[in-house]
Amino acid sequence: MTGRASWRDRGLARSSLRGHGVGVAALSLALLASCAAASFALGARAITLTELADGLFRPYVNTYGANVARKRVARTMFALLCGGSLGVSGALTQSVTRNPIADPSILGVNTGAALSVVCGIAFLNITTAAQYMGMAMAGAALTAAFVYAVGSVGRDGATPIKLALAGAAVSAALSSMVSAVLLPRSYVMDQYRYWQVGSVGSGTWAETGALLPFFIVGTLTAVATAPALNALAMGDEAATGLGVRAGLVRLIASMAGVALCGAVTAMAGPIGFIGLLAPRLARMLAGADLRRSLPMSALLGAVTLTASDVIGRLLTYPGELEVGVVTAFVGAPILIYAAVRSRA
Amino acid sequence: MGAARVDAHDLRCERVVSGYDGKAVVREVSVSLPGHGISAIIGPNACGKSTLLKTMARLIKPMSGAVTLDGRGVGTIKPKRLARMVGLLPQSPVVPDGIAVGDLVGRGRYPRQRVFRGWTKEDEAAVAEAMGIMSVAELADRSVSGLSGGQRQRVWIAMALAQQTDILLLDEPTTFLDVAYQIEILDVLSELNRERGITLAMVLHDINLAARYADYIFAMKDGRLAAEGKPREVVTAEAIKRVFGMDCVILEDPVARSPLMIPVGRRVGRQDDSGPASIMDASRGSLSAIR
Repeated sequence: MTGRASWRDRGLARSSLRGHGVGVAALSLALLASCAAASFALGARAITLTELADGLFRPYVNTYGANVARKRVARTMFALLCGGSLGVSGALTQSVTRNPIADPSILGVNTGAALSVVCGIAFLNITTAAQYMGMAMAGAALTAAFVYAVGSVGRDGATPIKLALAGAAVSAALSSMVSAVLLPRSYVMDQYRYWQVGSVGSGTWAETGALLPFFIVGTLTAVATAPALNALAMGDEAATGLGVRAGLVRLIASMAGVALCGAVTAMAGPIGFIGLLAPRLARMLAGADLRRSLPMSALLGAVTLTASDVIGRLLTYPGELEVGVVTAFVGAPILIYAAVRSRA
Repeated sequence: MGAARVDAHDLRCERVVSGYDGKAVVREVSVSLPGHGISAIIGPNACGKSTLLKTMARLIKPMSGAVTLDGRGVGTIKPKRLARMVGLLPQSPVVPDGIAVGDLVGRGRYPRQRVFRGWTKEDEAAVAEAMGIMSVAELADRSVSGLSGGQRQRVWIAMALAQQTDILLLDEPTTFLDVAYQIEILDVLSELNRERGITLAMVLHDINLAARYADYIFAMKDGRLAAEGKPREVVTAEAIKRVFGMDCVILEDPVARSPLMIPVGRRVGRQDDSGPASIMDASRGSLSAIR
């Protein structure tokens, strides 16, 4: 780096990262590959390369090892997709609320989904994955819409602070309603308990396939709104001055964020901290420009979730620790660190 | 650096009523910004001067009346198209976490960019030029949050310049700056206006700075336009009394030859020094007129 070179000579500041940007991208992809490999290989029963090859490319081989490998691969794909979705969802939530330590749960999305699922179990006798999905998505969307409406009341519309406050208040109210529904009904408690701890252990190709459209549409929406969200980062007034329809952009980005988080929550249960952690790391590595940090968030979300899943399998070997427990353990200290740092 | 002069546009408010939550702060105000000129909006706190500027900048939708650009209602112009003609520097924009100066200035290019068509040569040139004008090119790679208040304000103005608008609205661009930076920022803005013909309108707190730098002043009181005109017509003892409810003496600014407002206040007339006598001279007896 020649520090003295002029702005024009040196080319884009945007590309000042280009040199090491390529390195970061390559490193992250390598990280992704090794996480996936670890997730294929490690677990209650270690998988050999031959078994993996059997499982992947020789559908006629029907050994125990090959079947384990197939389940592992499906689980890994599901974990990667969940992590990627949560990473993008977190990045969107953070830029919509302009709060660097926000994650989708700050808009009450998780609690809304949980209440909806609990009501579904208690009053509608839902059992299938599709029903869970529908209930959780509906709950997430309704809650987000309600929080948005409450946060928009009054002067200046939906400001980040009002959104966060409305989210916290609504979330508290909803979680007490979850308890109210659960406590007198032990059979609901049993079903809910299983769902409520986020886990990707039961991830199959079917679930991966169901999640994929959400991931694709959500991520494309995120990338398309990234320049407007970049402008929104300078405040609503500055963004409006630049020709951004602040309310509309915030609404679209929130909807994409809610859909991504809601879909994952419906299928895997609430998994915390990935939505917080991934965008933060992405900003550290790729900078403040969302056009670069959004894809990075997806990638890092996939990496952290899959790594946490592998760690969960190793910690209590030969049993398993649900990934939601692992991310909470890893994430909580990092959240505290981030909160303290951002105040400083 | 080619100092091409920009187009003049006619930005005006016609009987605009606007405010927040259904409460009118600005009441039936009609103003027209002089093209290629510098206008200042002054007035006491809560008189609606910022609200008027925000309404012109389409941050607030008027409850009645109209804001028009070249005869068209600004609400009917596509936001991005409007943002290529009218720029805005808000009073306290947010510095995104960890952003570099060059990147922040680059964000001013938003209304000139298309989706999926990356960064162009024009974008690059506009950003370099804007940073050159505001003398922040050397800071391009520095983090904005590490800059001093004055430098930061230069960077924000560079961001607004990268937008390349013909009209630039500024909401209290000198607030929070010490006096040397206030003068520096206003000097740069007035050079921009002289060399490029950019039409400027800004809310200013300081009447004397408004009188010195503006070609035209709008004075507001209680949401209405109380006076408008050239500084000499608006910065008069009578008008200041009417708008701010304060007695003052008007002198001539010995440097800029613009009117200079001296508040009278209650702590007046220290007879032990020779000050009052010379004020009497300079103001040609207007002090005695007040008494």
